[in-house]
Amino acid sequence: MPDVQENELDLKPAVSIIEKIEQSRRAENERIRGDDLIPILQEVQKVYGYLPIPVLSWVSERTGISTSRMYGVITFYAQFYLEPHGKHTVRCCRGTACYVRGGRRVINAVKSTLGIDDGETTGDMLFSLETVACLGACALSPVMVVDGTYYGKMTPRRAEQILKQLVEEEA
Amino acid sequence: MDEIILTIDNRELSARPGQTILEAALAGGIHIPHLCYDPRLTPTGACRLCLVEIDGLAEPQTACTRLAEQGMIVRTNTNAIRTLRKVILELLLSEHSLRCTTCDKDGDCLLQDYAYEYQIEESRFPSITIQPSGENFTSSSKAIVYDPSKCILCQRCVKICAEVQMAEALTLKGRSGDVQVTTGLEVELKESPCETCGQCVSACPTGALYERAAAGRGKAKDLIKITTTCPYCGVGCQLDLNVNSSTGRIVRVTSEIGCMPNDGNTCVKGRFGMDFVSRNDRLTKPLIRENGLFREASWDEALDRIAARFIEIKKQHGPDALAGLSSAKTTNEDNYIMQKFVRACLGTNNVDHCARLCHASTVAGLARAFGSGAMTNSIEELGRAPLIFVIGSNTTECHPVIGILIRQAVASGSTRLIVADPRRISLSRIAEIHMQQRPGTDVALINCMMNVILKEGLEDKEFIEQRTEDFNALRRAVAENTPKKASKITGVPEEDIRRAARLYASAPSASIVYSMGITQHTTGTDNVLSLANLAMLTGNVGRECTGVNPLRGQNNVQGACDLGALPNVYSGYQRVDDPDIQKKFEKAWNTELPEKPGLTVVEITNAAAEKKIRGLYIMGENPMLSDPDINHVLECLKALDFLVVQDIFMNETTQLAHVVLPACSFAEKDGTFTNTERRIQRVRKAVEPPGEAREDWRILCDLASRMGYTMNYSGAKEVQDEIALLTPIYGGITYDRLDGVGLQWPCPAGDHSGTKFLHEGKFSRGRGKFHAVRFLPPQEMPDDEYPFIFTTGRMLQHWHTGTMSRRCDVLDDLVPHGTLEINPQDALKIGVRDGDKVAVRSRRGRIEVPARLTDRIGPCTVFLAFHFREHPANALTIAALDPIAKIPEFKACAVSVEKL
Repeated sequence: MPDVQENELDLKPAVSIIEKIEQSRRAENERIRGDDLIPILQEVQKVYGYLPIPVLSWVSERTGISTSRMYGVITFYAQFYLEPHGKHTVRCCRGTACYVRGGRRVINAVKSTLGIDDGETTGDMLFSLETVACLGACALSPVMVVDGTYYGKMTPRRAEQILKQLVEEEA
Repeated sequence: MDEIILTIDNRELSARPGQTILEAALAGGIHIPHLCYDPRLTPTGACRLCLVEIDGLAEPQTACTRLAEQGMIVRTNTNAIRTLRKVILELLLSEHSLRCTTCDKDGDCLLQDYAYEYQIEESRFPSITIQPSGENFTSSSKAIVYDPSKCILCQRCVKICAEVQMAEALTLKGRSGDVQVTTGLEVELKESPCETCGQCVSACPTGALYERAAAGRGKAKDLIKITTTCPYCGVGCQLDLNVNSSTGRIVRVTSEIGCMPNDGNTCVKGRFGMDFVSRNDRLTKPLIRENGLFREASWDEALDRIAARFIEIKKQHGPDALAGLSSAKTTNEDNYIMQKFVRACLGTNNVDHCARLCHASTVAGLARAFGSGAMTNSIEELGRAPLIFVIGSNTTECHPVIGILIRQAVASGSTRLIVADPRRISLSRIAEIHMQQRPGTDVALINCMMNVILKEGLEDKEFIEQRTEDFNALRRAVAENTPKKASKITGVPEEDIRRAARLYASAPSASIVYSMGITQHTTGTDNVLSLANLAMLTGNVGRECTGVNPLRGQNNVQGACDLGALPNVYSGYQRVDDPDIQKKFEKAWNTELPEKPGLTVVEITNAAAEKKIRGLYIMGENPMLSDPDINHVLECLKALDFLVVQDIFMNETTQLAHVVLPACSFAEKDGTFTNTERRIQRVRKAVEPPGEAREDWRILCDLASRMGYTMNYSGAKEVQDEIALLTPIYGGITYDRLDGVGLQWPCPAGDHSGTKFLHEGKFSRGRGKFHAVRFLPPQEMPDDEYPFIFTTGRMLQHWHTGTMSRRCDVLDDLVPHGTLEINPQDALKIGVRDGDKVAVRSRRGRIEVPARLTDRIGPCTVFLAFHFREHPANALTIAALDPIAKIPEFKACAVSVEKL
């Protein structure tokens, strides 16, 4: 993973992302357009782990897509991060179905295991916690999702175990 | 076009194809509530208030997004719709802080109107939280303030910024119940691409966005709107000055959607540049210099003093020892009276004004080629032109509202754009081709485009044959100008010149837009003639969306020229050396008139040093900053026996005067300005003049009477009536005909509706004349001692010598001082970093100014705007003149730059 320190941010990955898209647009005799924005943001986030502002400014300058348009999109979608984000994303559901089956206790267990609050990232940059309104898997409630893997019928204990195991793997 | 007939609320209405139900209803006088609709924008459908029932559709539809269809039956006001609308309003109001008591928009707020109509007294959804009005992107802006607690998220501000101004500074952030307007990445407004045009404020249906300085200075109901013409550039935007009659102050500036030529849009100066009017350092009393200091005097004393001195000089040295400088900032009536005063009362043709410094070469060049020295076509046509060729005009900064029209045209996909400019200006970014020529090499560039056109047979043979003369001379002149040669001179790649030539020549119609980058050279007239050649060669004159279009600088520089503030012509370009014309004016003015053409601006200044001019009357000009080589100007003006300056503020020139007279600003008088597209528009008095300040023309009439020549008019209207009588191109102009959209000259008679574009079917001079023009380099070229080309110009936020704009808080805050633009490569070579103070030297002067590193400017070239007295660009410029038009070469001289 490239260095994410803003003062010595490496633009090279961003350059190659944009060049690739420019190339495919050129093949259609076109320039980069507004509807390339979401794929660009996704690619940038994939490499940098989040959307560093200097990179966004550079992309805007290069592509002509305004930063205002970027910012509207970034703040609309939950998938985009403007701050450095944990290596693993833990999403816990606080929707109705999960709630009545003890979802809140699961969330509290995750919080105390990781030592962070909703929306925060651990100091070692390994975990970020997000609570969401629904994960679309009510039959499995309460639900926790880690990096795209669904864990159903959670209990505070199981949540703790899953996270601890991940911590061990990282150690 | 097929007319669509539809029924709205049991009334049959007609609509154009593409019109929405809402537009058709509003046009038919049926008011459907709406908050997010703005006729300047694409439909949004965000506020949901315009829901209507349509026969055959189960669900209510938003009238602003639904197109009118043949036979449609629409109901806008049924009980079911009203119930729905009421809930929507209740939801909107639950997010809106109901502080109408202290809101400036109280009385001019659609939300308030609808709340009243639907009788919504309190929030039905108290649990919804209102966005807090804390710190946000406008917190440090002096121009605009945003209050999220009053925002209904209609997106009009976001969309007008993106679709009309095309600055894309604003966006909505977040979603669901947590949405606000902000800038990209939430930077301060000043750090964003915001151009501070204030279009967002004009679009806001509530008081969420407002002018910061207007807050608390009067609610909507306390403000009276006076429609007048903007006093800054030549676009001639129609502005409504909102005056609080209890304080007598201009509180804010608005503009009506649909007005010509600006459709409710303004630039930063038009909207935020009016506080100079009520500054307390305005001149309020005549001043007389005694023992080196000014003391206040009565009008009688001041005018008697001037009259006595002028009579004395005239007696001792003859009338040609006197001269007057008129003003492109003042009205047509002021200019007419000024030239009449100089000619009929002083008895000389020594009258000129700053047009000499901006477009004298246009007047000379286009008159020679076409027979008329004005913009051939109209502003509105640029919005529809298939191709626009912008050369030597930083339109976005210098004629901002025309700049946005060009941006919109290009964005629409139906207009292609070529830019030629030594700097990478804002329009270069959207241009298909940007040719970055070296300053002063325009003739080589244009000749080469013609070389390519002829070589590839792209010329319009029929037009050349039927409408023009001297084509062979042109053919010979451009034959040698091959792309290879031109590329070497201009620095533009050969292929770019070829592509530009093909693009221009093959467009169905092509408009040339140019400005001071073309005119302010020793070859200014040649440059203009070259553009005229290019247009004629391709048949791009005398039709809609074509032409050679000089964008005039000052608000009334067109009018000042039209009204004869020039040394060789009376009003309407009637020559002083034509005996019939002379007789006509002698009869009308009841005096003998001189037939010898007078001196031009720079010649008058030089003649002062030689003691040939001894008395000078300057009205509303500031040559001590605006003229080339100001150290020389200073010596010249000091050599005068007697200098009178009439202005609204003390400035660099009034400091040298023997008598200073206080004049009215544009907001304090009636009259007319003529904009760049020859449109004569009204100026209307909005506030009382400060102290004893008087209208320019009245001061001159009073002075003339004291000198024994009576000029008497009851008001500006009577002056205009005399203008119409003596000036064929203004013959049909009367004040009552100017309400609405004004009139474009030529307008010879009361039943003539004005002229949209010139030279249709026949040129003013008969046949269009080609001129063989050959490239000549600028007077002063870089050398070892002065290795940079120095070029000057204007910037968006300021105006000319800053007398007005630098006294406006918003403008001064945005740009408090000038910066020398220098290419990063050059800066590296001389060890200069961004913000470093540098010394810039030419053979005529030296200034110190902070450097700004930018690749906007090409290598070996530096740029400085001339607005700033702390580092006056014109201390460096050269007073070398175009031999025909006598315009100085502001755009190129040689300088050195070193780090301090």
